[in-house]
Amino acid sequence: MTDTLSVEHLNLTFENENGAVLALDEISFSLARGEILSLVGESGCGKSVTAMAIMGLLPPGSAKISGSIRLGPTNLLDLNEAELRNVRGNRIGMVFQDPMTSLDPVHTVGMQIAEVVQRHRGADAKAARSRALEMLDLVRIPDARNRLQAYPHELSGGMRQRVMIAMALACNPEVLIADEPTTALDVTVQAQILELIGELKSELSMSVILITHDLGVVASTADRMMVMYAGRIVEEGPVERVFSRPSHGYTAGLLQSLPGYGSTLRSHLTEIAGSVPRLDHRNPGCTFAPRCRFATGHCNAPLPDAHEIGANHRSLCIRDTAVFEAISNHEIVRAWA
Amino acid sequence: MLTYLAGRIASAVPIVLLVAIFIFSLVNLTPGDPAVLLAGDNATPAQVEVIRERLHLDQPLPTRFVVWAGNALRLDLGESIYSNQPVTKLIAQRLEPTFVLAIATLILTVVIAVPLGVIAAWKVNTWIDRGIMAFAVLSFSVPVFVIGYLLAYVFAVQLKWLPVQGYVPLADGILATLRSVALPAMALALVFAALIARVTRASMLEVLSENHIRTARAKGLSTRRILVIHALKNAGVPVITVIGIGFATLIGGVVVTESVFNIPGIGRLTVDAITRRDYPVVQGVILFFSVLLILINIAVDMSYALFDPRVKG
Repeated sequence: MTDTLSVEHLNLTFENENGAVLALDEISFSLARGEILSLVGESGCGKSVTAMAIMGLLPPGSAKISGSIRLGPTNLLDLNEAELRNVRGNRIGMVFQDPMTSLDPVHTVGMQIAEVVQRHRGADAKAARSRALEMLDLVRIPDARNRLQAYPHELSGGMRQRVMIAMALACNPEVLIADEPTTALDVTVQAQILELIGELKSELSMSVILITHDLGVVASTADRMMVMYAGRIVEEGPVERVFSRPSHGYTAGLLQSLPGYGSTLRSHLTEIAGSVPRLDHRNPGCTFAPRCRFATGHCNAPLPDAHEIGANHRSLCIRDTAVFEAISNHEIVRAWA
Repeated sequence: MLTYLAGRIASAVPIVLLVAIFIFSLVNLTPGDPAVLLAGDNATPAQVEVIRERLHLDQPLPTRFVVWAGNALRLDLGESIYSNQPVTKLIAQRLEPTFVLAIATLILTVVIAVPLGVIAAWKVNTWIDRGIMAFAVLSFSVPVFVIGYLLAYVFAVQLKWLPVQGYVPLADGILATLRSVALPAMALALVFAALIARVTRASMLEVLSENHIRTARAKGLSTRRILVIHALKNAGVPVITVIGIGFATLIGGVVVTESVFNIPGIGRLTVDAITRRDYPVVQGVILFFSVLLILINIAVDMSYALFDPRVKG
């Protein structure tokens, strides 16, 4: 498989009057054609910032960025703003978390889909409009012809997210970035949207970066997953590999905090103690060590690079064996083994 | 939409009534006896009494109000004490210059203020933004007559591009009319534009931080399209509201500006009527402006639906 997108040694620092904050630390990954890669982690871990960096939508003044983001042969970090605009919405589409506020309330959904086609395909108004209709059909919106005239407030949350997807895919992008696309939706609608993304990925043979904090979403949708913590990729691998052999204290914590299959309302969920570290005061060792129940004194020493756990499976954790041994009896791990 | 409009007009009736009572009391409670004034210095008390009777000034206030309001409903605002002409006719004669001046000011204001506000919001916290806002504060702080005399001095007296004062009616050619109102409209527009530019900037800043603007950027749209098609239309409601409210300021400005540039409009009529204690004219003019303002506000409310489809009648 050839890589559609490849990110190498991406470092991102936000500078403000109080100093610099390292938001992304040596992020490297690749996205194969036709693959759904999931970025997992809690708020502030850098998953959305990674997406914004790929889109070139970070505030230009305060963000210092280095490394490379290659889409095919092109390094997106070398492009100027006008060249980036030709990539956005055209070769990379993006769907955001909150469909209630992500659509422009004062224009019809038909216009909002058509304008992106006009922008990138040079289509005339009529062709763009029929493309918009085609897209609404593609995302399974019933009565699409009449929906073209609808304003966002006339549609339900699920329908709006379908419109967002239609808009992001209108120019047949190579990559779709979906940033928590189902977080704001009802559970039943969540499943429909994820299913739709999965189906469209195959129909349009594109690659998807799915950002989420929900391991359930990862398990049901993604091919490969990347666990992020405090601006670093701490574990990366095929979904079934990571679920069956979690190899980082943080991944283990995430798995254990999921409600089990047999759990009742009264049973306890295990939370990860502590909170995310401030990015401007990081220790040289493992950033998760202060919250990790497997941590030893070695974890605070400068970390070696990520090491292979198995095929395509890498972890930053020096205690990966201890982590796996401790969690190997967990019901989710056993279910995937 | 039509029911909404009807409702708005119905709700305006009590407002108009209150305004009418207010105007009537204001003028009638002002010290000074118009009958004495009209009769002149050498008049006998009997002559004063005759005038007082002719003007119904001997009747009690409520009776006079009912008579006045009833007539006003039939567009009869009485006669000018000074010229004996019907007030309605006086206003009608003066309508054109004021109307032309107000429309020219409004267009000029929007053309100046909206782009400046949009640019300031786009370039927020840069020297461009600060420059525009400094200009806005300055032009809002200088009284309109100062700007008026300044403009007249530079463009009319020194450069001789435009007439110093006066008004050319539309009947004599629209170009000449526009030339005659160019300076007063500019003077008024500078003040008005300062207000609108600030509101446009604030409203745009709010919209630009919304999620759908990020979506528009993620679609690869040009900056101009994001600003004009997506942000400005969303920012329109507060801007149009302030344009409506600002119209009250504009009317005040028209009165002053017409005096500065010697334009025979309703503003001049007002000033002349006040100095002559011409009560029927003063009442008529204030009532006219009040009703106009109420109508403008209804029009502003109706226009919200043009900007935001979520507003429905």
